[in-house]
Amino acid sequence: MVPILEVQDLHVSYRSSGEASYAALAGVNFHLMPNEILGVLGESGSGKSTLATSLLKLLPSNGNISRGSILFEGKDLLCAPAGELEQIRGKRISLVYQEPSVALHPALRASEQVFQVLAAHESAGKSALRQKTRQVLASLFPKEADRISNSYPHQLSGGQRQRVLIAQAIACGPSLLIADEPTASLDSTTQKEILGVMRTLRDELGLAMIFITHNPALLAGFADRVLVLYGGRVAELGLARTVLSSPKHPYTRALFQSMPQILENTRDTRKTKLPVIAGDSSAAQLPLEGCVFEPRCPDRMEDCREREPAVVNLGESHTVSCFKYGG
Amino acid sequence: MQPLLRVEKLVKCYERQNVFGSREKLLALDGVSFAVAQETTLAVVGESGSGKSTLGFCISCLEIPTSGSIWFEGRDIVVLAESERRKLRPQIQLIFQDPSNSLNPRWSVEEILLEPLNLKGKLKREETKQRAVALMTQVGLSSDMFQRSPAQLSGGQRQRLAIARALALEPRVLILDEALSALDCSVQAQIANLLIELQRTLGMTYLFITHDLAMAAHLADEIAVMNRGRVVEQGPAQNILRHPKEEITRHLLAAIPSLDNAERPPLES
Repeated sequence: MVPILEVQDLHVSYRSSGEASYAALAGVNFHLMPNEILGVLGESGSGKSTLATSLLKLLPSNGNISRGSILFEGKDLLCAPAGELEQIRGKRISLVYQEPSVALHPALRASEQVFQVLAAHESAGKSALRQKTRQVLASLFPKEADRISNSYPHQLSGGQRQRVLIAQAIACGPSLLIADEPTASLDSTTQKEILGVMRTLRDELGLAMIFITHNPALLAGFADRVLVLYGGRVAELGLARTVLSSPKHPYTRALFQSMPQILENTRDTRKTKLPVIAGDSSAAQLPLEGCVFEPRCPDRMEDCREREPAVVNLGESHTVSCFKYGG
Repeated sequence: MQPLLRVEKLVKCYERQNVFGSREKLLALDGVSFAVAQETTLAVVGESGSGKSTLGFCISCLEIPTSGSIWFEGRDIVVLAESERRKLRPQIQLIFQDPSNSLNPRWSVEEILLEPLNLKGKLKREETKQRAVALMTQVGLSSDMFQRSPAQLSGGQRQRLAIARALALEPRVLILDEALSALDCSVQAQIANLLIELQRTLGMTYLFITHDLAMAAHLADEIAVMNRGRVVEQGPAQNILRHPKEEITRHLLAAIPSLDNAERPPLES
């Protein structure tokens, strides 16, 4: 099988007024197979949203892709002319945002919002597009497609709005869906429901998916592979069951330990302090030299401060960037 | 032991006019009762729309309940005269989900902290400043951040600041309305630890409103499960987790995302 997306040595930086530019992504490499769900795990400042926007070349004006290539279906998106990119965005690659209440137009009915996406990309006649709109919405709302289609966003619940956004995203039959924290503003039961919807779509439409989140637990039982992003670098990449059950990078390990595991524990650990990673991942705290996680790392060594660790292959396509494993 | 906070048959009914002019009633709270003992945590869990935030608003006097009573320090704050209620209000503080929306973006950290301290009055200028520094230390912030604006703080630091501001009025109860939900996992753990610490050192009582049952279970002594404006199940956290009685509780438990979830077979590449 040929990968649908190959990202090689991607470097993205932001200019801020007066100051030196700041690297949001530095040397990100990964590939995505058709029909695969890649979970991208990262906290604020890890560069996960920058990754989503640079894949579509939708970076803000002070953002700049300084190096690397993004091969989508064999074509380098970074070299593609603007007209061609417009044909790809929304049609071949689509993006689902975090806040459905902000991403939807407040004064248009749900059906109209899906219709406009289709109208922008497809040349078929109006009635054919209306027909298609109905089909797409019916696939996401099997029970109450008509009511939802005629509703305005404020009349819908958070989960329903998120489904409308997904309807927009799949309307033109893309082969890649990028979802940036699509469930972050939803409660856990709705989260679970939306994850179910996305899985079904993947199975039915053969979509490849990049699912960006800060919550590792969401990826369990959902993603095929997991990419852990820290400070703009790939800390760890591997099969979801491997990374989630036996993480290797000190950051991934510490992150998982910091989550309350109340259901797994047999003894009462309530109100005991959770093991935390000291400091935070905001850009200002990242060191300029050496491993980006070094200041917060529980396993730091001499080498960590001097140079960046190389990617170590641990087998079964599990890679980690850490000196502990040879780096 | 006498509970610090006791809510009895609390009802909150919102009325709104629809486009045709007829009135619709929405029963956000439908007879909620519970009690919280001092220095304990009651977690209120439920799906969006179950009425848990309305409950927090009523207890913190931001909303006036339609009927029912809220007993705090032996007095019913619902029927209290405004002048009397004003004296009790500072003792129940509310912390919101998103600190970037609940802190004034144009104020410095110092101004944000000094506002409640000045409201309290009675303190000299230097004392106020000292108190502000002490509050910062208490929540794990450094006082060199005084001149920064909220935008220059990280999400975790902003939530710490929101907690410091609430503590300024020396409250006895903190209502935490999804206070951890907008934060990264590692930051959630840090703030959870801070809450545990503050409970131990200050004897703080928490009403922890959340949809995150795992965190609720970690922090709470008791859990109350809400559905459609009612508390459908309530009890010690361990009991609720291990022996849920209600369908909605089982539903919420099943939705907890967990790293140990069943795995799906990977794709061959």
